[in-house]
This record gives sequence, C-alpha cells and structure tokens, in this order.
Amino acid sequence: MEKQLKKIISAYPKDRHYALAVLQDMQSKFNYVPEEGLKMLAEYLEIPESQLYSMATFYKALSLKPKGKHIIKICNGTACHLRGSMNLVSGLKRELGIDPDETTADGKFSIELVNCLGACALAPVMLVDEKYHNRLTLEDVPRVLKEYGRK
Amino acid sequence: MAKTEKIIVCCGTGCIANGSLEVADALEKEIKRQKRKVKIVAHVERSGCSGECARGPIVRLLPRDTVYYKVKTTDAKDIIDSLEGEPVKRLLHRQDGKFFEHMHENPFHHKQHKLVLASMGIIDPESIDAYIEAGGYVGLKKALKMKPEDIIKQVEISGLRGKGGAGFPTAIKWRTAAGYDNFPKYIVCNGDEGDPGAFMDRSTMEGCPHSVIEGMIIGALAIGAEKGYLYIRDEYALARQRIQKAIDDCKRKKILGKNILGSGKKLELEIVRGGGAFVCGESTALMASIEGRVGEPRAKYIRSVQRGLWDQPTVLNNVETLASIPVILKDGGKKYTKTKVFAMVGKVKSTGLVEVPMGTTLRTLIYDIGGGIIGDRPFKAVQTGGPSGGCIPEKLLDLPVDFDTLSEHGAMMGSGGMIVMDDRSCMVEVARYYVDFLCEESCGKCTPCREGLRQMREILTRICEGKGEMEDIEMLKRIGNMMQDASLCALGKSASNPVLSTIKYFRSEYVAHIKEHRCPAGVCPKLTKFVVNKDKCRGCCACSRACPTDAIKGKPKLPHKINTKKCISCGSCREACRFDAIETKGR
Repeated sequence: MEKQLKKIISAYPKDRHYALAVLQDMQSKFNYVPEEGLKMLAEYLEIPESQLYSMATFYKALSLKPKGKHIIKICNGTACHLRGSMNLVSGLKRELGIDPDETTADGKFSIELVNCLGACALAPVMLVDEKYHNRLTLEDVPRVLKEYGRK
Repeated sequence: MAKTEKIIVCCGTGCIANGSLEVADALEKEIKRQKRKVKIVAHVERSGCSGECARGPIVRLLPRDTVYYKVKTTDAKDIIDSLEGEPVKRLLHRQDGKFFEHMHENPFHHKQHKLVLASMGIIDPESIDAYIEAGGYVGLKKALKMKPEDIIKQVEISGLRGKGGAGFPTAIKWRTAAGYDNFPKYIVCNGDEGDPGAFMDRSTMEGCPHSVIEGMIIGALAIGAEKGYLYIRDEYALARQRIQKAIDDCKRKKILGKNILGSGKKLELEIVRGGGAFVCGESTALMASIEGRVGEPRAKYIRSVQRGLWDQPTVLNNVETLASIPVILKDGGKKYTKTKVFAMVGKVKSTGLVEVPMGTTLRTLIYDIGGGIIGDRPFKAVQTGGPSGGCIPEKLLDLPVDFDTLSEHGAMMGSGGMIVMDDRSCMVEVARYYVDFLCEESCGKCTPCREGLRQMREILTRICEGKGEMEDIEMLKRIGNMMQDASLCALGKSASNPVLSTIKYFRSEYVAHIKEHRCPAGVCPKLTKFVVNKDKCRGCCACSRACPTDAIKGKPKLPHKINTKKCISCGSCREACRFDAIETKGR
C-alpha cells in the first residue's frame, strides 16, 4: 500500500492547494483514506497531520473507514424526498439489513443518503457507483441490487 | 418536404439515466443498416441538456425540427424510416389531445426566452468548433480589443446581477477587483451547486461548457487575472469531464494559455473537485477549500474581492452569471434581456430547465410553461431558493419573479431551484426536512447556526409526531429571528427562512398538527392513517401491488382493505391509486 500511496502523492506538486485532490485520489483508489496516507501526505506537504485529519472528517466525499465495493447513494434532495426517497431507504434496509452510512458484512454494499444529485426530474433517484437508476419504487429495489451481483 | 440532415440525441445526465446512449447507438446502427436502400444524410450528434429531463431520452431531427420524447432503442427503425416523411406520431409531445411536432410550438418552450440555454441541446458540447460556428468566442474577440473598463461598462449597461442567489451587480464586483493594484488576482467560477432541487449549473456545464469558459476569460481580462479556478461539485463527474475537455481544446486553439489569440494576454484555468460539503458553495468557504483547508466560512469584514484566495483580490461568479457574459459582449449590453434559469421540479407536469425574462410571474412559470400540477391536483406552495428560500402560497402566485420581490415576501429567488408542491405535501414536514438538511450541512463554526438549527429540528420533529405545543410556534419564530441576526455567513442567516415562511403562510397546518394531532396533507406517519374509500375503489389491485408491507388485501374488482397494524403509512398506495380512493385520517 505504501508504494501506491507514494505514487498518488507524488503525482501532485508540493502545494497545499492539492491536499483535497490527493485525499480524493486515495479515496477512489482504496475506497477510504488510510491513516498511513494522512501521515505521508502531512510529511510531504509539511503541515500538521491534524489539519488533514480535520479535512478527512469534514468532507463527505472522504471516509476514514473502508466502504463497500458498490456504493449506493440515495438522493434525498427535495424533489426525491417528496417523491418517496425515504421509502427506498427502508426497502434497502429490508434487503441488505443496513442503514445509511453502514456497510454490509460481506463488504459488498455501502448505503449513503446524499443531498441532491441534480437529477430532480427523474426523482426518486439512486446512484449506484456511477450509474443513475431513476424513478424507482420499492418494487424496483431488489431488481437493481441484482444488477450488482446480489442473489 | 421535411428534411433531416442531423439527428440529435440528448446526452445529459438525465437522458443518459433514461438510456439515451443506447438509443444513440441503435440509431447509428439503423442508419448503417439502411444506407444501401435509403439515401440519408443524417448523423447522430451528442448534445447537452435541453431541459426536459423528465421526458428523455429526447431525439431531435434537424433542420425539419421534429422532436421525439421517451425514445426507446426499439423506436430506431421507425425514426429512420420516417426521416423524410410523416413524423412518428406516438413519440411526439402530446398535450390536451394535440400533438406538437416542433420544439418552439410546444407550450413548455413557447414562453421561454433562452440565452444561457440557447445552444443547449443543439450543439455538441464536446466540440469547440460547433461552439465557434454558433457564434462562440466572438464576444471574447471583441473584449480583447477593449479596455478593461469598457468591458465592465458593457456588463454594467446590461444590468447583469449575480445569478447564484445574492443578486449582487456583477459590474460593481468586477470594477472593485479591477481597482486593486495588488497582483496576482484570481477569477473563480462557483460550480458547487448544492441546493436540493437545482440543476441549472450542472446542465450548463454539461451542455455548453465553452460559454462558461468564455465568460471566465472575459472576466479575467476585465479584472486583470491570469489564473482562474472552477470549483465543481464532487457529484458532477460529467460536468468536470466536459469542462476539462473544453479547457484542453481552448489551449490547443490558443484561446487559453500564455498568449490568448495573439493578444499577449495570459490565462490558465484549473478545475478543483469539491469534497461534498454544502457550505462550500459559500464564497469564503469555497476559497478555503481551494486553498486546501477545511471549508469553513470566515467573517467578511474584508470582502473577498479585496482579499480572497491566498489573500489576493478574487472575483467569484456563479456558472450561470459567467455563461451570460459572452452574449453581452457579443451583442452589447444594451440588447441584453435579463433572464433567469429555473429548475422546475416537484409535483408539476413538465419538469425541467426553464429560462424566462426576469419579472415573469410564478403562475406563468408553473401553469403556462409547466402545464400545471400532476393529476390536476390543487396547488399548495412553491418553494424557491433552495434550503435558504421560503414557501410561497397560492395567493402570491402572481408575483413577478425577480431578486427583490420574492425577498420582500420571505422567500428568495436564490440560485433557481423551484419546487412545486400540491395538497399532498405537508408544510411542517417540508420545514423539518430543510432544517434537517441544514443541520447536517452547518459547518458548526458559529453558535447561532449550529445550535439554532438543532433546537429547531427537535421542535419540528416533535410537532410532526403530534407532541408539539402551541408555544413551540413562537419559540421557532424567536430562534429563527435570532439566527438571521447573529449567524456568521449567509447559510446561517437564511437557514430559518423555510420555517418562518411556512409559519407565516401555513400556520393552520402547524395548528392542526399540534391541537388536532392531524396531518392535513396525510404525510406525517405518526399522525396519519390510510383508509380505502369503498365507494371509489374499483378493485384494480394497484395499491396492493405497490404496498411494501403487504398490508392491503382484497379480491380483484372488489373494494380493498388496509390492515392498519401492518401499514407503515408510506403513502405508496395513494400514489398508485388512479381513482383517488385512498384517503387519510388522523390517528
């Protein structure tokens, strides 16, 4: 992992301005920001590790805990909320047994309840990895999960 | 005879989600397949968003101007078969029994005035040549021959005001920044569109990225900046990709770089990917985030035009504002019509992006352009301006929409989110929803916002559960007013708007929750019981199929019954019923 982290960090100039970008690259590579990565980046940028830690906890795109292989983002923007996004949350809970911000025991799925995804005309929307699933009803939930390898 | 030279398939986020990429492939294949038999000079071009995301994938034939909606891959053959003949009727827009073949006849487009959205859905957003052919970068060429003050003068004459929500005159911002003799200066584009229900900026960046870039270059010339940043939301991957492509193409054509079109002027642009924090849409928080720090706002004793990014003079403009600049320079400030793009969503028939002249009434927007409420249900409120905006009731529907009128009534025009609600939307629950949203997004730096929101959330949740008291309403008002006076940034100052405006216009709903333990809209689960009206139920079984907990039983063609013990009051049955047979009662 150290090698990979080094590679990610050294792709950027030694400038604090790129701190968020580096952390995001770590997040997409490992599905979380490893503690080791914070240490190495702090040394590289010559800033206190605590400041990077506060960034990693402040920004929602970053997480210090490993996330599942597939990340399910349920949009809870106003339009989706009005059209029943919370029903999707309860549907997923029935199927996967987890609440938002949790990961299934097999490490396959994580659920996140997110703010508007900017696809309000298609409400309610669920984003799995990079793919939008739109106008979902409770009945659709098992079908969508099947697409991602759930039996 | 109708002619088709081009087939345009909308490939915005909305249409892609509806399967437009597959449709484009199917059309391409069908053209190839038929080539021997039929003479077709058609090719498929991928375009940005045309605003009618709900009815995608949208396919448009030019120059005959036939627009097809909700196209499926299986429609490809019929579309290609009829390129020169009668249109495929089943795919046309249909309203009140009439078919509309051309886009401009369609009532959704008819009353709009498109400037920012003008080329969206028509030109290929990934082609710089298409943008130039459509008159792009003419404004920039003019600006390169002008003095900075003359550029600002044109913007001043146009009367352009910041379209991100605050409505600050763009010319004043630019002139202030231009006046400081302190280099380097920066120009920043705010693409951190976080308001729930708003997607104008996403569509603009995806559908016409060059207009944003051209606006930024002109702005940089006016203030004397040589470096610019575009801060784009984490969730907007396609927008980032398209903007990056546009920047690369501009560099190749020497429109960006060390010598802009041979003028000797410099500008470098860089994309910064947001970290998923709503508060980063606030100017000082956004700048902190670009600097590589936690995105917390600071007190603005000194404005960021004087000391912004790295303490240097910085101009921050919203995407839509910047996208309006090229046309102002191209045609002159005098000719400019002040417009605003709205994202009209919620319980309205035609959802999508709408661009209208300032001063258009809400009624025109919702009824003439939007086609009214879904299922012709009664209108209850329209929420404007995102979580910081307010809810406007029916009696104020004839208000002209502009920066000042809406603020006078406790709402704001904001960045352009417009959420239409019908009689099945509970206003207390809506207020609770926004407070909940802001509670999560408050950065926590100042006490009024952090604690005020938490207290309001607790009180509102209590009311929604039927445990509220009448004093709670006064308490909400007191907390709300305190937050407006004492919060550090605009997020906190406006956070109580949804609560205060719903109390002002929908007080009776609060009272019904508190005194009668009843949710008039039938939304709050703890106060709502669903029952089947036996006289209206036709036994179609739509409700029992929709029910997630199998609480509805009944034989086909006979009235159904809801088992209240199993029912979780989710409302799925009410949405599914086409005969209005599901009714709500207080518990």
